[in-house]
Amino acid sequence: MAALEAINLDITEGEFLSLVGPSGCGKTTLLRIIAGLAEPSQGDRRLSLTTEGGGQLPSGRIGFVFQDPTLMPWSTVFDNALLPFRIAGRVGSAERERVREEIRAVGLDGFENAYPRQLSGGMRMRVSIARALVTDPDLLLLDEPFAALDEITRMALNDDLLRLWESRRTTVVFVTHSVFESVYLSTRIAVMTARPGRIAANLPVELPRPRERTLRTSPAYAAICAAVSEELARAMAEGSQ
Amino acid sequence: MRPRRISRLWRVAAPLALGAFFLALWEVVVRVENIPPYILPRPLAIAGSLWTDGPSLLSALLVTLRVTLAALAAAAVLGGAIAVLFSLSRILELSLFPYAVILQVTPIVAIAPLIIIWVREPFLALLVCAWIVAFFPIVANTTVGLNSVDRNLLALFRLYGASQVQVLRYLKLPTALPYFLAGLRISGGLALIGAVVAEFVAGTGGAETGLAFRILEAGYRLAIPRLFAALFLLSLTGIVIYLVLDGLSRLLLRHWHESALEEEEE
Repeated sequence: MAALEAINLDITEGEFLSLVGPSGCGKTTLLRIIAGLAEPSQGDRRLSLTTEGGGQLPSGRIGFVFQDPTLMPWSTVFDNALLPFRIAGRVGSAERERVREEIRAVGLDGFENAYPRQLSGGMRMRVSIARALVTDPDLLLLDEPFAALDEITRMALNDDLLRLWESRRTTVVFVTHSVFESVYLSTRIAVMTARPGRIAANLPVELPRPRERTLRTSPAYAAICAAVSEELARAMAEGSQ
Repeated sequence: MRPRRISRLWRVAAPLALGAFFLALWEVVVRVENIPPYILPRPLAIAGSLWTDGPSLLSALLVTLRVTLAALAAAAVLGGAIAVLFSLSRILELSLFPYAVILQVTPIVAIAPLIIIWVREPFLALLVCAWIVAFFPIVANTTVGLNSVDRNLLALFRLYGASQVQVLRYLKLPTALPYFLAGLRISGGLALIGAVVAEFVAGTGGAETGLAFRILEAGYRLAIPRLFAALFLLSLTGIVIYLVLDGLSRLLLRHWHESALEEEEE
């Protein structure tokens, strides 16, 4: 059976789209296909950003954050975040300044020369996010980046990601298991079903911005979480039949 | 702090104390039992021989050491290069690796006479023998290392359009470095063994005589204390080679690899 069915996913420039679904529904596969890291077995990847009208994004225009921080243990924080430029063959003072900027933006000022093993899990994930942002990508893909973190660290990183996105409005596709996380962050949530993976529902998240932590206890937030959970339950019931 | 100090002291003191006790026991047993020196010499007699024959033994050691170090260097360079070639071409790895294994499992004592006949230059013949023994751990380890690259990191390199050379330089080689160094530490000891075995087989064939020949010669002349003194030097050399390579490994990996972490880390 195919992991993914025909999927038609429109991503609007500047939106924060979350893909929510049961495990094994192909969220990660979909993300990798968007990034060009996995090839669809049938059909082809027709990636078109609706505002730009077609074409594949050139390398370096997509940022990817994996579930693991995926850092090079032999390199410092600075060198890890510099990697996209190093591969592109441009390591000038402007690029170095960009890297320093992003390390500051993710709250790791002063840790430029630290090695990954000296950092906590949350800090490593921040390095991973800084690396994805240095090229100022048109599309930022995050594959359950906070799944392995403890609740407190996860909330802190949610807030930081929210702040980063609200100040730049980079187009984001965010894969997560967590309904609460997705509602807190997103402008839109796509609920996926398992086997075959397809998009069962699209739910806009119309909550005011800038969002604060107090939003997590508001009735409006709770109502949307309930709606998304309901769609997710329906999608899972459908998948198990 | 204190418990660590004690344990570090013990790590040096305990084996030294055991060694001293063993040597003392050896000395006493030989004296009491009146064992003749051509069967088992006393440690003090060996030390005396080390003192009197020291200069000539040391010059023999230098000959052996030259072969050993040259073979180790050749094994590191060629072994590393072969492993990189393997990582670039699966076909090459599949077709060549079995022959590397064959070379490894064939006893060097058995092929050393052939090599000594074929390679006229004595130094080169010994070098080739020691190299054959030493290069395999480096090839095998480095190959494993080059194939152990983090898949997500590899995906990331592809995402940013990295070339094969960039993947090799920035990802595969650093990943393989700890494996290469582990291979090098094994090969250091093997290169010495290879050099000694080749010298044994070559006998007096070589113009310059290494430590192995001095051992043979001392055996023929029943100069057993000198034989032990030469053995002692050989072991000491092996230990020094190991310690130097171990230190090199720690130096290169000190920032990031688990094997080189300081003990204060939890």
